[in-house]
Amino acid sequence: MKTYDIIVIGGGHAGIEAASAAARMGCSVALITMDKYAIGRMSCNPAIGGTAKGHLVREIDALGGVMGRLADKTGIQFRMLNRSKGPAVWSPRCQSDRELYSKAAVEEILSTENLEVVEDSVTDIIIEGKEVKGVKTKSGNDIAAKAVILSSGTFLNALMHVGLNAKSGGRYGEKPATGITESLMKAGFESGRLKTGTPPRLAKDSINWDVLEEQPGDDNPQPFSYQTDLNEFPYLPQVSCHITYTDAAVHKILEKGFDESPMFTGRIKGVGPRYCPSIEDKIVRFADKERHQLFLEPEGLDSDQIYLNGFSTSLPAEIQLEAMRKVKGLENVEMVRPGYAVEYDFFPPHQIDNTLETKLVSGLYFAGQINGTSGYEEAAAQGLMAGINAASKIQGRRDFVLKRSEAYIGVLIDDLVTKSTEEPYRMFTSRAEHRLLLRQDNADRRLMHYGEELGLIDKELSDQVKEREEIIKQSISVCQTKKLHAREVNGYLVSRGTPPIDSTETISKLCKRPELELKELLNVNGAENDPVLRQLINDSVALNQVEIELKYEGYMKRQQETIARLERYEDLKIPLTLNYSTLNALSIEAREKLNKIKPRSIGQAMRISGVSPSDISILLVYLKK
Amino acid sequence: MTTIKNEDTIVALATPAGVGAIAVIRVSGPKAIETVDKIFKGRKKLSEASTHTVHYGTIVTGEGELIDDVLVSVFRKPNSYTGEDSVEISTHGSPLITQKIIELLLSENLRIAEPGEFTKRAFLNNRIDLTQAEAVVDVINARTEASLRGSRNQLDGLLSQKVKQLREMLINTSSFVELELDFAEEDIEFVNKDELIKRIDDVINEIDKLLSTYSFGRVIREGVNVALVGKPNVGKSSLLNYILKESRAIVSEIPGTTRDVIREEVSIDGILFKLYDTAGIRASEDVIEKEGVSRSREAVKISDVVLLIGDVEQKFSDDLEEELKTLTGSNHIIKVLNKIDLKKESGIDADVKVSAITGEGIEELFRIMKAKAIGSESYTEKTAVVSNIRHYDCLKRAKESLQIAKESTEGGMSGEFIAVDLRRAEDSLAEIIGEVTTDDILNNIFSKFCIGK
Repeated sequence: MKTYDIIVIGGGHAGIEAASAAARMGCSVALITMDKYAIGRMSCNPAIGGTAKGHLVREIDALGGVMGRLADKTGIQFRMLNRSKGPAVWSPRCQSDRELYSKAAVEEILSTENLEVVEDSVTDIIIEGKEVKGVKTKSGNDIAAKAVILSSGTFLNALMHVGLNAKSGGRYGEKPATGITESLMKAGFESGRLKTGTPPRLAKDSINWDVLEEQPGDDNPQPFSYQTDLNEFPYLPQVSCHITYTDAAVHKILEKGFDESPMFTGRIKGVGPRYCPSIEDKIVRFADKERHQLFLEPEGLDSDQIYLNGFSTSLPAEIQLEAMRKVKGLENVEMVRPGYAVEYDFFPPHQIDNTLETKLVSGLYFAGQINGTSGYEEAAAQGLMAGINAASKIQGRRDFVLKRSEAYIGVLIDDLVTKSTEEPYRMFTSRAEHRLLLRQDNADRRLMHYGEELGLIDKELSDQVKEREEIIKQSISVCQTKKLHAREVNGYLVSRGTPPIDSTETISKLCKRPELELKELLNVNGAENDPVLRQLINDSVALNQVEIELKYEGYMKRQQETIARLERYEDLKIPLTLNYSTLNALSIEAREKLNKIKPRSIGQAMRISGVSPSDISILLVYLKK
Repeated sequence: MTTIKNEDTIVALATPAGVGAIAVIRVSGPKAIETVDKIFKGRKKLSEASTHTVHYGTIVTGEGELIDDVLVSVFRKPNSYTGEDSVEISTHGSPLITQKIIELLLSENLRIAEPGEFTKRAFLNNRIDLTQAEAVVDVINARTEASLRGSRNQLDGLLSQKVKQLREMLINTSSFVELELDFAEEDIEFVNKDELIKRIDDVINEIDKLLSTYSFGRVIREGVNVALVGKPNVGKSSLLNYILKESRAIVSEIPGTTRDVIREEVSIDGILFKLYDTAGIRASEDVIEKEGVSRSREAVKISDVVLLIGDVEQKFSDDLEEELKTLTGSNHIIKVLNKIDLKKESGIDADVKVSAITGEGIEELFRIMKAKAIGSESYTEKTAVVSNIRHYDCLKRAKESLQIAKESTEGGMSGEFIAVDLRRAEDSLAEIIGEVTTDDILNNIFSKFCIGK
């Protein structure tokens, strides 16, 4: 029987990161997928990043994951979203060439040492006692391993719906994975069912492009990866998206198909995401809205297909086509493939720990959509963390858990294990209470040292970040003490339309005025004369970091204050063995919730809905026993 | 999200509420000693005092107003009741004095202790044993039970309803802010600056209304302090007796008999009035009387209403009126002309003219006292009223955060900065009634806006 350190099931965005990280950390890894050329295939829209998701990609990259590099190589339109707002909510996003992305992913995986791709389908997970031992496959070969990472996406008992026709399958033209859910339920796991959907694909040459509103990429595109060479970026020619809208006539036709909607007729039992509703859902729930925005996204440079973002639907195919032909610019459109909904099994994530290891079976990890998330970025983040933790456990290293205050990845996983989820979970910036600190521009400062310690980031790259950190720290302290005199700075202040000062003021204080720029302030008094500021002025990245920290200091401080009081509770650990049923002083709801979630710390317990401050006091008292 | 903050420094009255000979205010936490130092004037700084020492001095406001002379005990960690740095302030037993001192400490960023919190800290710092700790759990539980049963009384019920409504307004406002941050790409109309400012202002106004009920609320809970002041023989004790319809104060013809401050309680139209008959404020050689005089001054300082009493023969003492005005605001003073049974038309100016013998004018006096105590606002049973200093404190902090959020909005700051202070305001309100989580805001967005490409 073949034996590996780690088996990764599924070659999607979670599987890629898990397999790659574990292999690069020195473990022998088998990535089992039904089709080797489906590795890194984008099931839904051909895009990476977006609000909060872009943050995740930057963090994955800073830790040494692959998604950022793949996206940079294959991106055909880059935009920084929210550029008109503050730096904390800037989010990078790109349109990807679907074919090229998958190809790049396959290359990345096949060229990774210690990593073997096995084309097969897993039918059973071998568990002995409370430990995972390996998997059984369709081809009849058992494979043994010390750890198994399950990242099977939407494939578990997957059912695709177009109108009242339902067909087994996790992605258009691909088979579902059966047997795994049943195997895990036998082992005591609880499973649930979710739904997601995807819009129709259109023939590029059947669209009347001239009447559509164009949305180009940024003039000065920014890459995701800290490793991308700016001199060569962007690697591919850049293209535009286009925008159009539905109207009342479109809605009327769609309504004709409601009788045959698998959603409205109750055929779909799974719960769909509220933030990504189907077009039929939008029409019903927001009946007073006269039009809905649609994006025509290119599938690739050489692709003849267009992705109709905003038109996710599971209505009958002929209704989809008839309705689309009422949309401006799509009067003669040809549909290459209809939209569909897919239902799949997931395992409510209160069953996993912050390391993504299941609480029930040692050595078994869940990552990605199987944990109830949606999105490539959310999946990749979990895959990376599962891969790192599985390898760490085998190598006797410490658990690798990121705090909510350190990374969106920490927020994501803590939310999942603490609150579980009943609908597909997507990241938003508002989920991160430390939002002002968790910026896409400082992911390297926050996380790259971890990447280096784990062996996933080159020391050279990490050292650069550490050196810069020194410059940033020293510069902030200089700016907080160094004062500018009225006679030297007032001319500049007045020229920028802001009041002059009476005698002296620190650079830090002046920098808080929205009209002023740090670089100009530094030049007022010849930054060249100060050894620290001289370095700063020549390093635009460090300069930007210092400017952000000075300008928004007050806000960051207040945000920190709000959170700081709670932070120490993260370190007050609760044993997993604590039986809450015996703590009669707790409210009944708290007992039930705590028994289900089994929080690892008081801090985590405090975030569980239904657990009151009194319950926490009681827990603190009993923990002291 | 639930909140617990043991590293906060907390303060509360350690002796039973109401009037006793002395009252003890307990302060515990890392900033206990430095904070009390800020309001304490003694021979040496408390920060230099060693543990288990007692210090005599005065409590003085930032504006230099003397509140009371006190004894302060300093306990350093870990050898205090709670195991933390602690200070105990022993004051004279007037609720107004203790209230003022606690308010002063709260303005220095201390927090009012939760029920049982000192004991809980003592337990967590291993200062007490398990049986004692079990008792703490009971205390905490009793509180849970009470909140489960719903509001303990009408006042709290109305307040929590009102605060819930404010919280909803804030969640709606936050939703607009977050919507623009997380869904900027969507085809939805975002709230404009003016609308956002208006929404924030609406909540500030509502909070202001609640805050303005505080003096009334406190009156309901603790009563109104009334000092009776006047020269000897103008009939202070007779007036008091008439009001009480029983004679416990000593009435005599010898000036200066009422040496001590005498307090009686009486309910007028459902409002509790605490009446202090004073010895008159005047220089005296008599040591005992001297003590009485200084206590009279204290009584005036802590009173919500001062009855300056004169009579048709002695008129009002101008000197006395001047001194009263320095001790309390002139709007707290009611000039009461007594003994109108002796001379109907005296031509003396007064707020109200009464006879402690016939009772004439007493009804009018009551009406004016009530108006002074609770203000001109009309409160009905349906009015939400803030009567608890902790609630008052939370509302004040919520308002401060909202003002910053408003300034940020006016200054054109991006939503994530406005959100910082909106969330702080939400947290402050949440401390009164329960919890706000980020999920509330997202859920609100999902239900109200068409999101999703």
